Amino acid sequence: MTDFIDAFKTALGLIATFNPNLVEILILSLKVSLTAVFFASLLGFAVGGALAVYRFPGRGAVSAVLSALMGLPPVVAGLGVYLLLSNVGPLGVLQLLYTPTAMIIAQVVLVTPIIGSLTRQACEDLLEEYDEQLRSLGASSGDIVVTLLWDCRYRLITAVLAGFGRAIAEVGAVMIVGGNIDHVTRTMTTAIALETSKGNIALALALGIVLLSIAFAVNAALIGVQRLANRFAYA
Amino acid sequence: MLDPTSSLEALDGRLASLPLPVEIRGLVYEAGSKRVIDGIDLTINNHRVSAIMGPNGAGKSVLLRLMHGLITPTKGEILWAGRRMCRLTARRQAMVFQRPVLLRRSVAANVSHALGLRGVVRGERAIRVDEALKLAGLQGHASTPARVLSGGEQQRLCLARALSLEPDILFLDEPTSSLDPASTLAIERLVLDAQHRGIKVILVTHDVGQARRLAHDIIFLHHGRVVEHQDAESFFAQPQSEGARAFLSGGLVL
Amino acid sequence: MISSVHRRKVLGLILGAVLLFAAAPTGLKADENFIIVQSTTSTQNSGLFDHILPQFTKKTGIEVRVVAVGTGQALKNARNGDGDVVFVHSKPDEEKFVSEGWGVKRYPVMYNDFVIVGPASDPAGIAGLKDADQAFKKIAEAKAPFASRGDDSGTNKEEIRLWNAAEVDPKKASGHWYLETGSGMGATLNTAVGKQAYTLTDRGTWLSFANKDDFKVLVEGDPKLFNQYGVILVNPEKHPNVKAKKGQAFIDWLISKEGQAAIASYKIDGQQLFFPDAHSGS
Repeated sequence: MTDFIDAFKTALGLIATFNPNLVEILILSLKVSLTAVFFASLLGFAVGGALAVYRFPGRGAVSAVLSALMGLPPVVAGLGVYLLLSNVGPLGVLQLLYTPTAMIIAQVVLVTPIIGSLTRQACEDLLEEYDEQLRSLGASSGDIVVTLLWDCRYRLITAVLAGFGRAIAEVGAVMIVGGNIDHVTRTMTTAIALETSKGNIALALALGIVLLSIAFAVNAALIGVQRLANRFAYA
Repeated sequence: MLDPTSSLEALDGRLASLPLPVEIRGLVYEAGSKRVIDGIDLTINNHRVSAIMGPNGAGKSVLLRLMHGLITPTKGEILWAGRRMCRLTARRQAMVFQRPVLLRRSVAANVSHALGLRGVVRGERAIRVDEALKLAGLQGHASTPARVLSGGEQQRLCLARALSLEPDILFLDEPTSSLDPASTLAIERLVLDAQHRGIKVILVTHDVGQARRLAHDIIFLHHGRVVEHQDAESFFAQPQSEGARAFLSGGLVL
Repeated sequence: MISSVHRRKVLGLILGAVLLFAAAPTGLKADENFIIVQSTTSTQNSGLFDHILPQFTKKTGIEVRVVAVGTGQALKNARNGDGDVVFVHSKPDEEKFVSEGWGVKRYPVMYNDFVIVGPASDPAGIAGLKDADQAFKKIAEAKAPFASRGDDSGTNKEEIRLWNAAEVDPKKASGHWYLETGSGMGATLNTAVGKQAYTLTDRGTWLSFANKDDFKVLVEGDPKLFNQYGVILVNPEKHPNVKAKKGQAFIDWLISKEGQAAIASYKIDGQQLFFPDAHSGS
């Protein structure tokens, strides 16, 4: 037990002094996940909005698949992207394996279904209410998608936060496509795995505490957003 | 001012450009196995408020939606000044629904959004938004979230929004059925105002008093058919059909 | 198709996205002056790379990115061309790699040794034995818990060789006293300590491992525990993307006086971990 307490104290020390190792890993994690969430949002909003509004054959199947992909295990996503980017894979020419870009791609694959499905649901709920009025005003399907997306903004923010939470916390995908290379592709989660395996409990704990804090912050933001939405009757 | 019969001479030019008469021929609408609209032949050719009345389930709202192009008829056609419904005619119409539908934005943004959909440019939009808010009596509330307004205020906003689009035809589907008398009065004022701008109004209502106050001619619907179509005065004095008589005397019309 | 108002908003958003992408310095199009070395977790966990690589980079300006997986996987990745150099410790597999044309030439670099570690209580009574496979035999007889890498790594292959020499098939007891973790050396050591189990580890990882509890080195010095490392350039004729020049520069440095000295100078608690032997013909 004393080992843990010592490790804990050392961990807090590392955090308080902005240990450069720790900071470098934190910044890379944020860069990768934030970038991934950004692109996943663009994709997810577009797909979700379009699925809610446009009618086409197979629409139900696409929605179901998108929903199911929310539960895609990160390792599987990582494996899939790895096979694509490996030198003997179809996109091998891009030489993207073991780079932050590969990690971003893998996380985009993971997060887009989450944002897409939640967007579709939010837009569908609103569409029921708005459909006739918007068509009466002369809105095209494209107009309706844009209108809905803006009106759903609070629910979309929630979806983005959920997506970010998933991205920052996963280890399977980034480990496989990133290779956990020191100073290049080592994120908080892969570093925790590595340091734990080296028995460096203090550094692993420090990273774990930071990661937990981020998770808590995301959750608090979620609740805050929902409160705001309700206050202005924008829910 | 609040006179449905006051002269519209000054608007002659404007009125001439309205897509009238409306001619409905052999209109049928089936929902599933039910014939909601069962063969309607109707011509409306005036520049005043026409009211569609009838018992619940008669098909009034459906008829309005067919005229506005929100649903497609199973059979028959609707002609506006001899032309079929198309995007162009649709753009010159506006509709207010029974329950106000407002976006999760500010009062001003709601009007601005509608104008944007119609392609109105920035500068012009600001002017029209301002006018609309004045019309609705909501000037001080430009940045208020639209959905925190009271029911009456919301409906006034919806109507003002519709008017800001400068439509030729204005459809109203029981716009005051859930409103208090003060709000109802405000809405009716706006309806007459619309008429005075040269807008053709087609109103669905089950409020006999409202019809008496506003309507120029009454279209009485029963079981998806037009049972009577005559000017308001005659209709209320001497309804021709069994159904209309029962309706006006407050009985249940089967 | 979309009204003008919305079109502007949408275009603005897309433009913003493109600008952000361009501005984000995440090394998306990193500079090309690096090589990827497929190596093993034991080598990485020992801390050797943290010690010698900066010296190489300082001299040549070439960054070395190490992907640490098991030996089996390192060689597989190299076969796919997902790396420029392999640096592993399993001579038969390395020679096969070269003879099959995937690698250019194998150079011996250094050796370290394996040791058998276990709890101070030593239930199988192997402390001080000079014969590694004898120790394994005693562990099997006592059915004492043993943690295996189980991951096709160099260490794992060495372990299997010892079981074979002891004429024991531990896989029959997999899940009972024989625990296959399928993990790297560090993770396996964690499991061994947690389960009070014996395990075979390279000395380097053991010395730098920070969670030893009361474990000790119980068996060492048997020549069978000798562990040779080799380095090979991935064949650029099979995979044109291989950075042959830079990769060869790394190999040349490793076997040069400088590189060999760097390896020898790596110590933990005053103990040298790896013994350079590039010119021994091993």
